[in-house]
Amino acid sequence: MLCQVCKERSATIHLTEIDNGQRSESHLCQQCARQQGLSIKSQVPLDELMNTLLSSQQEKASQQDKPSIAAASDHACPNCGMTLERFAKTPLLGCAHDYTEFQSELLPLIKQSHNGKSHHRGKVPTRTCEYDRNEIQRNTLRRQLDRAVKNEDYEAAAKLRDQIQALT
Amino acid sequence: MRPADLCNYPSSWFSGGSNAVSDIVISSRIRLARNVAGYEFLPCLSVERQQQLHDRLKEVLLSIDLGEKVWCVDIDHASDVERNLLTERHLISRRHAKGKGPRSVVLAGDESFTAMINEEDHLRMQAYAAGLDLDACWGRLGRIDDLIEEKIDYAFDRQLGYLTACPTNLGTGLRVSVMLHLPALKMTGQIEKFITAAHDCDMAVRGLFGEGTDAIGDFFQLSNQITLGSSEQQIIETFSSIIVPKIIAYETEARKSLLGKKPHALDDKIQRALGVLRNAHLISSQEALFLLSNVRLGVNLGRVKDINIATVNELFMLTQPAHLQLRAGKILDADQRDTLRAEIIRTRLSSN
Repeated sequence: MLCQVCKERSATIHLTEIDNGQRSESHLCQQCARQQGLSIKSQVPLDELMNTLLSSQQEKASQQDKPSIAAASDHACPNCGMTLERFAKTPLLGCAHDYTEFQSELLPLIKQSHNGKSHHRGKVPTRTCEYDRNEIQRNTLRRQLDRAVKNEDYEAAAKLRDQIQALT
Repeated sequence: MRPADLCNYPSSWFSGGSNAVSDIVISSRIRLARNVAGYEFLPCLSVERQQQLHDRLKEVLLSIDLGEKVWCVDIDHASDVERNLLTERHLISRRHAKGKGPRSVVLAGDESFTAMINEEDHLRMQAYAAGLDLDACWGRLGRIDDLIEEKIDYAFDRQLGYLTACPTNLGTGLRVSVMLHLPALKMTGQIEKFITAAHDCDMAVRGLFGEGTDAIGDFFQLSNQITLGSSEQQIIETFSSIIVPKIIAYETEARKSLLGKKPHALDDKIQRALGVLRNAHLISSQEALFLLSNVRLGVNLGRVKDINIATVNELFMLTQPAHLQLRAGKILDADQRDTLRAEIIRTRLSSN
């Protein structure tokens, strides 16, 4: 059966509506159903979802021709260096701070994969961790240190090591 | 204890006794995903820090009461066949087996508890029980999680709950999974309905060996997709009181209808399977799984009287490739494995 809207793709969504005792049936394909605002519960893999999200952002950026938004995909977490582009490929994040750093991009994705929910219910650790303000800075320095050692820039490495120690 | 020592025994959780529920629900499992605060997630964690974290988590796990028979396997230094054995027994994931860098698994209580260190998350713990017993799994896992929490700060956020490397595990980090044997639903062509219904309830259906595997031989793993927004108890309750009883009822109904309407067709299927298993000299693991599934149904329905269910359950596990190779004490090619598999099955099925 073909979709009754586009008459091209095959209909996979079959909807029966009863309005004022009047029964009507519609047969739609996924795309047309989505355009009509029907929610379709399907299990879209996270990486696919993430890619759609990213490409729509890039589209927006190129439409508005604003380099600041285009740069969003280069935006790296200061703590772990993760970018959204890299995340879209795996899709795994690099550290707990990514959830804060990329909050606006991740939240819609989180809601989509958890049936609209975005607030935890259930177990809470008895001892919640004190937020360590130095942690992010320390990790940034640590990554710079790794890079310096790899490049055999031992002078810079020594400086970075001192800075890390001063923070601890 | 070494992994090789396991190859002659079935897993405790795979070999529960026979009753109306455990005929259909082979096992229950709950998994918790946890990360340690202050450490990057694994994709961004340097090898030195992975080692540091690994050693710390191992130390903490071994210092608390995990139950009896606690042991630890260094997966990074294990052989391929040992890793495969642990995967076949569902003690580690494929990801853990194939991964890189310092990683281990801590096991306890006849394999009914395992903790993977440095898998996709820093810590992935799971508890198994034979049959349908999610409360037992959660009781145990929740208690161990509390004990670890006394010594380690988990990455946690008030809004998002336990923070995980993949956003699909956020919140409780809890994945319930029940392993089902549904031969009658398959034979009566109703399995698609079951899969669609499961998807509608935000459940995932996988094969016997988890993600990326097709269901072979009528075995299905049913697990929750959503981990955020419902409490641990709610997630578990949905399985124990709503979903699983319904599936048991459907499968039982389908079995009754097969027995009532097509007893000859059913007996034919069961006896042919038994005939092949008792006489074959070469058998692939896929064929064995498929035929053993029919025999299992026959035993559970009382159509096969001279074989007990424990023997059948045992054969599922012992005829897997890595189990065969560790038993033989050497690497076997596919032909040699098929020969040894057929031999084991012939012997076990004729001797009782």
